[in-house]
Amino acid sequence: MKKENSRRSFLKNISLATFSALALSGCDMKAIDEFLQQNFRTLSKKEIDEIIKNLEAKYKRKYGKEFHVSAKPAIEGTLFGYALDLSRCIGCRRCVYACVKENNQSREPQIHWIQVLQMEKEKGIDFAHSNVQYNPEKVPEKGHFYLPVQCQQCRNPQCVTVCPVKATWQEPDGIVVVDYNWCIGCRYCMAACPYGARHFNWGEPNVPVEEINTEMHYLGNRPRMKGVVEKCTFCIQRTREGKYPSCVEICPVGARKFGNLLDPDSEVRYILENKRVIVLKQELNTQPKFYYFFGI
Amino acid sequence: MNFFRFIIGSIKIILQGNKTYYAWLIFLLLLILWGGFGYLGQLSEGLIKTHMRDSVSWAFYIGNFTFLVGVAAAAVMLVIPAYVYNWKPIKEIVIFGELLAVCAVIMCISFIVVDIGNPLRFWHMLPLIGTMNFPSSMLSWDFFVLIIYLLINSIVVTYLLYCTFYKKEYNKSIVLPLVLFSIPMAVAIHTITAFLYNALPTRIFWNSALLAPRFLASAFCSGPAILLILFQILRKTTKFEIKDEAIWRIAELMVYAMFIYLFFTIAELFKEFYSGTEHILYWKYLLFGIGDNKEIIVYSWSSIIMGFIAFLLFLIPKTRKNFLTLNIGAVLIYASVYVEKGIALIIPGFTPDVLGQIYVYTPSMTEIRTAVMIFSVGFLLFTFLSKIAIAIVFDDYNIDSLNQKRKRK
Repeated sequence: MKKENSRRSFLKNISLATFSALALSGCDMKAIDEFLQQNFRTLSKKEIDEIIKNLEAKYKRKYGKEFHVSAKPAIEGTLFGYALDLSRCIGCRRCVYACVKENNQSREPQIHWIQVLQMEKEKGIDFAHSNVQYNPEKVPEKGHFYLPVQCQQCRNPQCVTVCPVKATWQEPDGIVVVDYNWCIGCRYCMAACPYGARHFNWGEPNVPVEEINTEMHYLGNRPRMKGVVEKCTFCIQRTREGKYPSCVEICPVGARKFGNLLDPDSEVRYILENKRVIVLKQELNTQPKFYYFFGI
Repeated sequence: MNFFRFIIGSIKIILQGNKTYYAWLIFLLLLILWGGFGYLGQLSEGLIKTHMRDSVSWAFYIGNFTFLVGVAAAAVMLVIPAYVYNWKPIKEIVIFGELLAVCAVIMCISFIVVDIGNPLRFWHMLPLIGTMNFPSSMLSWDFFVLIIYLLINSIVVTYLLYCTFYKKEYNKSIVLPLVLFSIPMAVAIHTITAFLYNALPTRIFWNSALLAPRFLASAFCSGPAILLILFQILRKTTKFEIKDEAIWRIAELMVYAMFIYLFFTIAELFKEFYSGTEHILYWKYLLFGIGDNKEIIVYSWSSIIMGFIAFLLFLIPKTRKNFLTLNIGAVLIYASVYVEKGIALIIPGFTPDVLGQIYVYTPSMTEIRTAVMIFSVGFLLFTFLSKIAIAIVFDDYNIDSLNQKRKRK
């Protein structure tokens, strides 16, 4: 391990030397440090603390507010699971907008981590005949049901397999996260994801200062930059503190359930035991931890 | 020191030329400028300047990349028939084939660089200083084999030219194994590029075992088309000798490749359309459009029609042996494969998207300008490299000519 570190610092020094030689114009050291920052999973506790301190200061300068960026690791003995009651969902999209607000998603260009699909009752779950742009006065519409799709937090995540730089991985509590500082923006994960759950910052993301959520997690809702991929993290900044994801809290019909799959008394375990559940695109062997069920 | 003088000699070669040569250079430079300013817009504002969006997250850039991998692969695979049929100028064929391969790989890597959101973080992909996801990610594999392929070809071709420049006999025990190794590597780069798409079970349009074989067959149509025309130009303007028979033989091999490609595609179409499952959607979108979304069929049908005309021109002995129709056929098949790889391969992989939604993609002006920039840089590089090779191989430009000039001064 020690050897590894010395090699890394050696390489870091070399690249630092080269880079500073290139950037003679004297751009500030912080930018260079950020440029040379290593993959989150190879950083030590000390390095992470340092980075977070700098981030909080940087956000304060940029937005003029106090920020709290957490890097809280997974709690031992947790494996998060989600269950969504298809017979209750009315397609109101409150979850979509609660998610946008909680997770500081870009308003313009618009990014939505949750897509709600309107489907025809006669056809069942049929993506080819579904519609994500439905826009009636009132929901639910006659003859239709609604299927919200977000990251399915697969046990066998294709997106993680294909990433060429290991910028995305599955945490011990089952959440698939992205290191925004390491992602090169090749979008191979987006091609691999069967659920359209990954979203790219095609332009500079834009969140109004007054609406920004200052409670953040490093691997979750902190502001993203142009050219990186982002996705649902089960609201990692909330769920690791023992709260529900914001989509669960906002749902007016109680269609969304969340909990620890390893806890026999949790609500998700109750649903798995007493209702019949399905997962989307089960034939692809992604093994989601996001279940759909029919509660009524 | 010796190598330094070889470089000086090479630079002198590319600086000298007639009016047509300079006109060509200026033309390319203008194109690079025009394309470059388009790319600058993308650099400052992000990939939002392209027409790619979350639904269609890969498009024209990666299509160009795929096409050029084919060109790079086929250029070297042409060494096999040259050897089997004992075409006389085998050393020259190796040199020009590998020069083309080098330029094509450099263009490939450029297309990847312009396609990623954070080009400055490219080093994250490198082994040791970054965290390369090897062997899991097909993209790491692809990058890895492309770099090796680029290195081998650059080394061989530089070494051959260097020896000729110094009027030394080249060392066969170095060159032969490298050339022999570069042939399976040529197959490897294109196969792995096919696997890049093939490895995604959710992209049904690509998830067919025939994808890699179809890639190789189509590469054998487009790559030799360039060399076919280049050999004729070389034959007219230099001492390069290649018999008509050899050129017709290349055309004949291209017909076989086209036939195999056609056969594979028909097999694929039969399976999809006869079984008529929901997987047919992607082919339907490509060939006929879905609902009012018919923007892409211009591309698919123009590729099919150009391909068919080229196939007929190459198939009929009379038109194959007529250099006018042969060259028309070569240009048509090149264009056909370009449109097929550039658009028709990529877009149906994403339309309809994984949630069944349709986002209509056609390339934006920024994408076209960026592609023009990379192609012009590639052509410029190929012009320079071929000029050096022509001077050294055919015009006996060597170390003496460098020394003599110095004395005269």
